Amino acid sequence: MSEIVDVSTLKSWLIRFAGDVEEHAAELTELDSAIGDADHGSNLARGMKAVITALVDDEAPDSIGPILKQSGMTLVSTVGGASGPLYGTLFLRMAASAGDCDALGPQSLAQAFRAGLDGVAARGKATAGEKTLLDALIPAVDTLESALAEGTPFDDAIRAAADAAEAGRDATIPMLATKGRASYLGERSVGHQDPGATSLALLFRAAANTMIDGEDGK
Amino acid sequence: MKKLLNAPSDIVVESLRGLGLAHPELRVDLNHRIVYRSDAPVPGKVALISGGGSGHEPLHGGFVGPGMLDAAVAGEVFTSPVPDQIVEATKNVDSGAGVVHIVKNYTGDVMNFEMAAEIAAAETGVEVVAVVTDDDVAVQDSLYTAGRRGVGVTVLAEKIAGAAADAGRDLNGVADIVRKVNENGRSMGVALTSCTVPAAGKPTFDLPGTDMEIGIGIHGEPGRRRVPLAPAKEIAEMLVEPILADLDFTGGDGVIAFVNGLGASPLLELYLMYGEVAAVLEKAGVRVARSLVGPYITSLDMAGCSLTLLKVDDELVRLWDAPVRTPGLRWGV
Repeated sequence: MSEIVDVSTLKSWLIRFAGDVEEHAAELTELDSAIGDADHGSNLARGMKAVITALVDDEAPDSIGPILKQSGMTLVSTVGGASGPLYGTLFLRMAASAGDCDALGPQSLAQAFRAGLDGVAARGKATAGEKTLLDALIPAVDTLESALAEGTPFDDAIRAAADAAEAGRDATIPMLATKGRASYLGERSVGHQDPGATSLALLFRAAANTMIDGEDGK
Repeated sequence: MKKLLNAPSDIVVESLRGLGLAHPELRVDLNHRIVYRSDAPVPGKVALISGGGSGHEPLHGGFVGPGMLDAAVAGEVFTSPVPDQIVEATKNVDSGAGVVHIVKNYTGDVMNFEMAAEIAAAETGVEVVAVVTDDDVAVQDSLYTAGRRGVGVTVLAEKIAGAAADAGRDLNGVADIVRKVNENGRSMGVALTSCTVPAAGKPTFDLPGTDMEIGIGIHGEPGRRRVPLAPAKEIAEMLVEPILADLDFTGGDGVIAFVNGLGASPLLELYLMYGEVAAVLEKAGVRVARSLVGPYITSLDMAGCSLTLLKVDDELVRLWDAPVRTPGLRWGV
């Protein structure tokens, strides 16, 4: 199979995600104000802006693992709260899985996402169904892996993963939060979409939009 | 919003600058937002670090000094500090005897301190033991939440563990003292008004004029119930009752009773509340060995108070009475 994520695609993905977060920052913060502390949009937007600034620096790394690692470290040190360690861990574990290479094929991309997912679950001591970003991340990674295992072309597989992330995001609405700040609300958390799952769905949609040749928009 | 500030985004750094100027015995790193006792690292002594979001002053920066913390790490208002800051502080206070992190149980704080401990261990080999405080009985169902929140007991733990470190206990010995304080302490708070986060510019929650929130968190997290404002006598019962229901505080060597102001309630009211609390405790057969009254772990400009009871023995009382010299707590020196 061909290499589908080279350095330029990886950068495009991160830039795309940063732009999407910026565009949806008010919406993410609004969702967070209902069940959290009303800062998810602004914090993640600030962090991704710092990621992009670091990305275009003259000293910036130019291979896959190191770019992911730098991005993860930047998120950890700029986002704060719970999102910083969670998104940071996602990228740091992806970096370790990807290694110092010039491009990733579909399988190694899926492996990197799986490593990231495992890291996030361990960091947050959370599982599926607790109304967290895992509720978007788990179905996305599961879908990507199983689609590739069935021989689905990469373009269709990553699009299905983005769809699964969005379905997972929507599925958080009726959930009762049992992790994080939203859990203090108990039953009052039901009926609200999780902000972390919402931003995570943006991450996968940005991946689909940049990793599929010629795909743009949606 | 009416606050004493220049720009909301500068409030943390500008407040730390003032703290450093007012207390030359402290060293403030404005870049990393860390408050150090100026003689850190203290040779041979286990170092104590705490930190968290700003907005709870004097916690934590005001508790840096001999007999208490070696460093405090400040995040944005109500936002955890990031691992870089915590790693920096950890490296700079370690004398070789190890570092204890005292972490209040909030998802962000716990994760950022965990990552910091991992990075510090990997980069420098500093030995770190983290202890999480979680004393807020307002959170009833710990299995289905992020767990109880760390509140008033954190102040008492920082004081008592600071004395233990001064007395020459080793890393695990100091960490054990923090755990002992946390296990024997319980808290409950009440808000009369919301706080206003400077960057938000408006009250965090809406509390109608004649209502109060029983079981409030120190960031304005929802409590157990909202009821009409009652006389202090009744509020005292509402605070004591759930604490005594959670842990038996009768007998033994008594308790440290800590009535804490949440920011906007004056000492006039806090001492009145202490009087009411003391009366309820006496009726319940709880003996008060020591007391602390004042705004020590606040929630910006929230009106209201919290009550923390800590069951003590000879050891804890001795450590409590030991000298302390910080901007926020000072005695015996």
